[in-house]
Amino acid sequence: MDFMTLLQVLDSTVRLATPLLLACLAGLYSERAGIFDIGLEGKMLAAAFFSAAVAYMSGSVWLGLLAGIGASVVLSILHGLASITFRGNQLISGVAINFLAAGMTVLVAQSWFAQGGRTPSLTGAARFDPITLPLAETLQNVPILGPIYHELISGHSILVYLAFLMVPGTWWLLYRTRFGLRLRAVGENPAAVDTAGVSVVALRYAAVLICGVLCGIAGAYLATALQAGFVKDMTAGRGFIALAALIFAKWRPWYALSACLLFGLLQAVALRYQNIDLGSFVIPVQVMDALPYILTVVILAGFVGRAIPPRAGGEPYVKER
Amino acid sequence: MNKMPQWADVVLIPLISLLLAAILSALVILAIGENPWAAFKLMVDGALMRSAGWGYTLYYATNFMFTGLAVAVAFHARIFNIGGEGQAMFAGLGVAYVCLFIPWPHWSLALIGASVGAAVFGALWALIPAYLQAKRGSHIVITTIMFNFIAAALLNYMLVNVLRPPRSMDPATATFPEATHLPSFRDMFSTADNIMFRGAPANVTFFIALAACVLVWYLIWRTRLGYEIRAFGFSESGAKYAGISPVRITIIAMLISGALAGLMSVNTTMGESERLVLNSTEGAGFIGIAVALMGRNHPFGVFLAAILFGFLYQGGAELALWTNIPRELIVVIQALVILFTGALDNMVRMPLEKLFLSMRKGDA
Repeated sequence: MDFMTLLQVLDSTVRLATPLLLACLAGLYSERAGIFDIGLEGKMLAAAFFSAAVAYMSGSVWLGLLAGIGASVVLSILHGLASITFRGNQLISGVAINFLAAGMTVLVAQSWFAQGGRTPSLTGAARFDPITLPLAETLQNVPILGPIYHELISGHSILVYLAFLMVPGTWWLLYRTRFGLRLRAVGENPAAVDTAGVSVVALRYAAVLICGVLCGIAGAYLATALQAGFVKDMTAGRGFIALAALIFAKWRPWYALSACLLFGLLQAVALRYQNIDLGSFVIPVQVMDALPYILTVVILAGFVGRAIPPRAGGEPYVKER
Repeated sequence: MNKMPQWADVVLIPLISLLLAAILSALVILAIGENPWAAFKLMVDGALMRSAGWGYTLYYATNFMFTGLAVAVAFHARIFNIGGEGQAMFAGLGVAYVCLFIPWPHWSLALIGASVGAAVFGALWALIPAYLQAKRGSHIVITTIMFNFIAAALLNYMLVNVLRPPRSMDPATATFPEATHLPSFRDMFSTADNIMFRGAPANVTFFIALAACVLVWYLIWRTRLGYEIRAFGFSESGAKYAGISPVRITIIAMLISGALAGLMSVNTTMGESERLVLNSTEGAGFIGIAVALMGRNHPFGVFLAAILFGFLYQGGAELALWTNIPRELIVVIQALVILFTGALDNMVRMPLEKLFLSMRKGDA
């Protein structure tokens, strides 16, 4: 494998890791506040469709992004209603949201565009274009560093840079602000937060809404930047890989970045090489597909570093018994 | 003291939830510019008015009974087995091995063999998440989701690289030998001059599903193990105090659940396609969640809910055939049922409880 191939694989790693990272951080906010969310997949899917549909009809990708975020936030509010207000089962609510999105997107797509559950291809201003960072062209002939800057760091859409900036942003918000402290506390011991006179319900809704916004950006990235338009089931399990990455990262932002990059790398390699020939034996492509899930199970099993979820996760908070 | 009479809990709440789901579905159909009443009539026509329609409805219902029971048994132990899909997929491999590599003299023996194969493979796929939950405390919902994806990748590998007959482009096994052909409803119920269930895939496996409903009822409410499972589900600490081992119950409940989910692949793989294909489960493992919630985890409720979902599935196929409403409508209805009977249960329950309490006060 020569240097340019390596750079191309890493470049596609960054592209594929971006939606995972956004969804993973989305899940991080929600789960750190004690609301399990297995509906990341559904929210991304809904956002992917509505962003592509609105971007196509209006010709503006920014309106599309807003629509995607809106759709995802609506589902988030539904999840909040079910799991915070009505104290229902958060996991079942997540399952319902995944199916709701899977069905509704195709239904609405068929009704609006009649193209078998997809949107027409997006072109021009209806897509997020790659951004060329300053001096990328002039520096590209500098050995080693030039191509790295030109191929790997420059030339992504703005959402990629946003996603990577979200990592320190999330770290700062969670560990350096009052809101972050309360958010983490409400996921560990909501009764203590309540005793301190801070509203558990409001904090949890805030977390769920942030989760919705981030999932919305992730979905919009899929349909308007990574690909040009929506196709049925286009999230293809990314929401669950993000969930796996979240566990892999032990619910911490910087670890989330490395977990998402790792899983992105696996996807990039699987995409480029199908079966990997190691001379004596061949790694089939299905192993690469399954590896994120297998790694997560291993981590969950606690054989390699234990992943302990927020203590109050999944349990509705009842003020008085 | 109960806040509500039992009939309200068992019958009224599911019915109201179903009604809410139906109203929302009708609104969705209206919104995409179709007539909900005409759509409903078309569904009834296609699924219930001809014997062939029933043949499809009951075929789907067979799958949903198995997966619904699987989710229900786990729910009794307060375990959420979301991995029925993966367990059924893996069990498909069991069915394929049994049917392809053992020379069966008669279909009845083959059916027993395939059922055992499916149950064992399904249970095996549930064993690792169960063990990890019981011994290592890893959340079973997450591990079973992961195992769904691992099963899909494994099945893909097995079908593409191992079990695919030479020179075939299809990722599927060879067709099973003639001796393993299960009698379909058409073979069983047609007379010489009156052919019933023409072309429909419902087959003898339906009766195994019925037997499974009865057996699960017996297990949960009439055996010591069932009592232990329910006790564990009510209160883990209480069960522990009574000398019930949480590890044992978690693993056994999941093994039974996985075996039940696995049995559905006898219906799809041996009964219908007669070879193992890539997507034989078609999401039935997930529909089991809706069926179990709708049926209040009782085998009879599961039976009724499975028939209802069988009807929706077949009716949905008819809609996709004759109107502009895609099959995904069923996914939406399924989502709404899960939402209302599962997650938003309290939204329906709280006002009803208030209503019954005030009525009782009025009486006193």
